[in-house]
Amino acid sequence: MWKLFHQFGSPPHFYRLAGHLIPWFGGAALVLILVATYGGLVLAPADYQQGDGFRIIYVHVPSASMSLFAYTLMAVAAGTGLIWRIKLAHAVAAAVAPIGASFTFLALATGSIWGKPMWGTWWAWDARLTSELILLFLFLGYMSLRAAYDDTGKADRASGLLAVVGVVNVPIIHYSVVWWNSLHQGATIIKLGKPAITGDMLWPLLTMLAGFGCYFATVLMIRTRSQVLQRERNSRWLMDL
Amino acid sequence: MNGPLSGFGVVLARDLRLAFRRPGEMANPLLFFILITAIFPLGLSPEPELLRTVAPGVLWGAALLSSLLALDLLFRSDYGDGSLEQLVLSGHSLPVLVLAKTLAHWMVSGLPLVLVAPLLASALYLPPEAWGTLMLGLLLGTPTLSLLGAMGAALTTGLGTGSALLSLLVLPLATPILIFGARGVDLAVQGMDPVGPLYLLAAILFLALSLLPLAIAAAVRISLD
Repeated sequence: MWKLFHQFGSPPHFYRLAGHLIPWFGGAALVLILVATYGGLVLAPADYQQGDGFRIIYVHVPSASMSLFAYTLMAVAAGTGLIWRIKLAHAVAAAVAPIGASFTFLALATGSIWGKPMWGTWWAWDARLTSELILLFLFLGYMSLRAAYDDTGKADRASGLLAVVGVVNVPIIHYSVVWWNSLHQGATIIKLGKPAITGDMLWPLLTMLAGFGCYFATVLMIRTRSQVLQRERNSRWLMDL
Repeated sequence: MNGPLSGFGVVLARDLRLAFRRPGEMANPLLFFILITAIFPLGLSPEPELLRTVAPGVLWGAALLSSLLALDLLFRSDYGDGSLEQLVLSGHSLPVLVLAKTLAHWMVSGLPLVLVAPLLASALYLPPEAWGTLMLGLLLGTPTLSLLGAMGAALTTGLGTGSALLSLLVLPLATPILIFGARGVDLAVQGMDPVGPLYLLAAILFLALSLLPLAIAAAVRISLD
């Protein structure tokens, strides 16, 4: 187990392994997303209430889940890097932040576009939307702190500490926002109905989720590889490559 | 002398003495607090009904912003003259020492806000029944803000950048304090029992007190590397 841990933590090993895995994950992402797009846009029936407008769910929900997953992964990677001083873990944390911020932004943008026809407004201070907005600021803070340091090692540890403190705070933020919202909820905001989703609508969503996951893994590996190249630019194994 | 809390009193006394030598700097967060609060009636309207409605949020938002203002100074001068390094090397427990520094900072920048809050509350036509909740909430909430801010300050001390980055780091983490604090005052204004949000503020304070000094100490070490 420890051997595996160390082996995976070694940049050359990761670099090669990721190189082999990227085409597989990328291909899987392409197939899954195409299938899910067809399923979601063509095969799934229109919603009886929202008509075809609901179909944006196939982008919105996967991006929102990926954004949360990205923050957790970033904090776990940063924590691993801080505790066991594994450089690769820091590289993963550095690579995942912009991806997470992009998914967060996508979730906010699609939520906003969805909100216009359904709620009649581009932005509502809905609990989930607000939490997502704060999450975006957490990502941006992490990235700016990292960018402010010139020294990579220092940037890794400082931003890693912020990510770990942030992840402890995320549940508190989320529940405070939910609570704030449930008490302030005005009559003007139409709460998004949560009808039991039928199988015809569900399977493209799950497929899309898997596709987004594969896409996330692909981009993460590509970005981590480039991080490794930057960080190890003076090392021997890289010269041999 | 060698107990786990050794050095706490010395650092606390030193930081307080330094702060009192510069009364001007000490007054800044307080003036800022008053100014922000004064801006809202100017921008909105002098209507008592409206001001009473927005007062909890305005007062808490102003407290949050003014607690950010003085943070930059928390570690910067000590970092500049090397005394921060001496604290790290002193052999005392660093989390305890940074807790003392944060406490001194809160006594200078947070406590005055608590004391002046009723004055501003009355200026915003907040009913006197809610003043107690406001003060108690600030008393429980501002130390957490100072602790969160100290972590942000420690992370950015070694950097040349100003406080814009610090705000970006600290404000998202501080949103629960703002929500619970303002909500408590709101409940008190409406004549309801504000004890729920106050308990939550106290719970967050104890969580912050137990965990954040460790994070601040780690951040100080990173900055000094």
